[in-house]
Formats: sequence, C-alpha cells, structure tokens
Amino acid sequence: MKGLIGRKLGMTQVFTETGEAVPVTVIEAGPCYVTQVRTAENDGYEAVQLGFGPAKKAARLSKAERGHLGLLKSDEKHPERKALPGEVPAVQHLRELRIKADESYTAGQKLTVELFQLGERVDVVGTSKGRGFAGHVKRHHFMGGPRTHGQSDRLRRSGSVGPGTTPGKVHKNKRMAGHMGVERVTTQNLQVVLVDAERNLIGVKGPVPGANGGLVLVTETRKK
Amino acid sequence: MNVLDTLTPKKTDRPRLAPGDTVRVHTLIVEGDRERVQVFQGTVIRIRSGGVNANFTVRRVASHGVGVERTFLLHSPRIEKVEVMRSSKTRRAQLYYLRDLQGKAARLKERSTVVATEK
Repeated sequence: MKGLIGRKLGMTQVFTETGEAVPVTVIEAGPCYVTQVRTAENDGYEAVQLGFGPAKKAARLSKAERGHLGLLKSDEKHPERKALPGEVPAVQHLRELRIKADESYTAGQKLTVELFQLGERVDVVGTSKGRGFAGHVKRHHFMGGPRTHGQSDRLRRSGSVGPGTTPGKVHKNKRMAGHMGVERVTTQNLQVVLVDAERNLIGVKGPVPGANGGLVLVTETRKK
Repeated sequence: MNVLDTLTPKKTDRPRLAPGDTVRVHTLIVEGDRERVQVFQGTVIRIRSGGVNANFTVRRVASHGVGVERTFLLHSPRIEKVEVMRSSKTRRAQLYYLRDLQGKAARLKERSTVVATEK
C-alpha cells in the first residue's frame, strides 16, 4: 500500500479551472524514507517502515533510534553497526504500511508527494482533537431532555440507562459520558486536488481528522 | 508568509470595498458550454476578510420590493470585475438593518470625503 506520513497544515480554498471554489486541506507530506523493510521470514509479515520529520538535531533522538536509522558510525568497539543506503536524516516519526504483492521497497529509499497524482483518491488517517470528558449529547448524539413543559435540570441528561431488577445491572458498552477524541480516525476516499512537489504539499478535498500541525498518514484509498 | 495563503492567486484588480458602497459586480455565468457576463448591482452590506477566502455580500431590491442578497468570493475567477459606483456614510460594519427598511428609509447618505478606491 503506497502512502506517506505528513503534517496537517490547515484548510483553505482553491479555485478549479472552471472557477469553482473547492475546500482543501493542505498536508505537508514527505519526504519519507524507508527505514526498514519487514519480511515474512524475519518478522512474520510484510510491511514497509517509513520515517518522516527530520529532528532539529540528530542528538535529540535516542541512541537506539539513531542506530536504527543507521546514523551511528562503526568503530573499534562496534565494528558492525547498521548503515542505510542513501541519506536518511534523523527522522522523528515512524509508521508502517503493509506491502501489497506488486510493490517492492528497499531500505533508504526516498518517497515524495509525486507518489500521488491529481484526481487520485486517498485515505487520510489522523488523531482526532481531544474533547476531554464529554457528555452523552456531544459524544453519542443523544437528544438531551425536553426544554419546555415544566422541565428543569434535564437539558442534557441521558435518560434511563436500562431496565430495573431484571437484569439488575447496566449492560456492557452502554453509551455514556466519558473521554472523547484523541483517537485514530480515518477519512476515506478523499480526492487529491493539489500536488506541489517543490514544497512537498498535497491538498485533498474536504476536512481531515486532527488539529492543524497534527501528524497524518496519507495512503491510497481502500474504496474502489 | 503562510503556506496556505500562497496556493490561490489573489486578484490584484479588486477595488477596496467598504460597507455601504453601491457596486456593480460582473459575474461570469456558465450555461452549458457558453459563458456570459451578468451584472449584479446593489449595496455592500457585509465584508468578511480572510485572505484568499474573503467575501462580501451585496443586497439589491428587485421587482415587487423583494430583497435579493448575493455573496461573492472576492478573489473568485468567476468575478470579472467589481465597480464601485458610490460610497455612503455608515456607522456600522454590517448593514443588516437595511433588511428591515423599505423605500426612502433604506437610503444611505453619500460620503463626501473620498477614500482610497484603489488598493
């Protein structure tokens, strides 16, 4: 599955050739580097590990991370340290994508937004904005209570949570108030309306989960 | 400059609009494979900034006293040109109160001092 790690920059609108305004989420995607190829023999599954987002200084990464990226030089004490072909910078974020049968990757390979073409459909995975401890109305779209006819104190209450003595408990997974947001959310089948190879930008039509500046994963779509 | 503002070219030929201006907006209308220009004349009752997303609303009173409002994207390529015919004295930024007024009451006083009409 082809894909890139990126950062959501925000939304704006662009005009098509016919002058229609299109809502666009702009994502700074790539360049991504293949940091490891997982194989069935070694790891039990086939995937490609991508790295994105160079750190300000390599020293900001732990030594283990630097070793994994092949940034530590071999010396007398450590004669056989790993090295990746090509120039892989000190990337901060790693993600894995399953490899499909007709794809092949090599470690050290560089991937850019040119992976995607205008008009193509993509899925975007992000981390949704945190809503904290949210009530039923916001979290599960409950109706809340009636506003008129002598009601008081039950504007945003949930109502009954179940029967009485039988079964004598509240069923598992009953939708209630609780923590909302900060979870992995995928938006499927978004149209690519902008590709800027120079600035590593990709624009998709419509919104994308997460706050501006959040890490997102842009992949080819599962929908056909 | 913010990357988001660089994606759409801004139209530099747009006049500096102010609420209360009487404007003629020349819009390109696409009918099948034909294009023609339609003019919408009225009073600017609202301006919303926002870089390339900026828009403004024009109100005109059509036949039988029916009010018609259209909102235009300032930098849309479908707007050929915007002409400012007249500027008025206004005391607020949004002239929604014009919706409740009719005829003579819905007039605005012309502004005598000339403000910059070109950016």
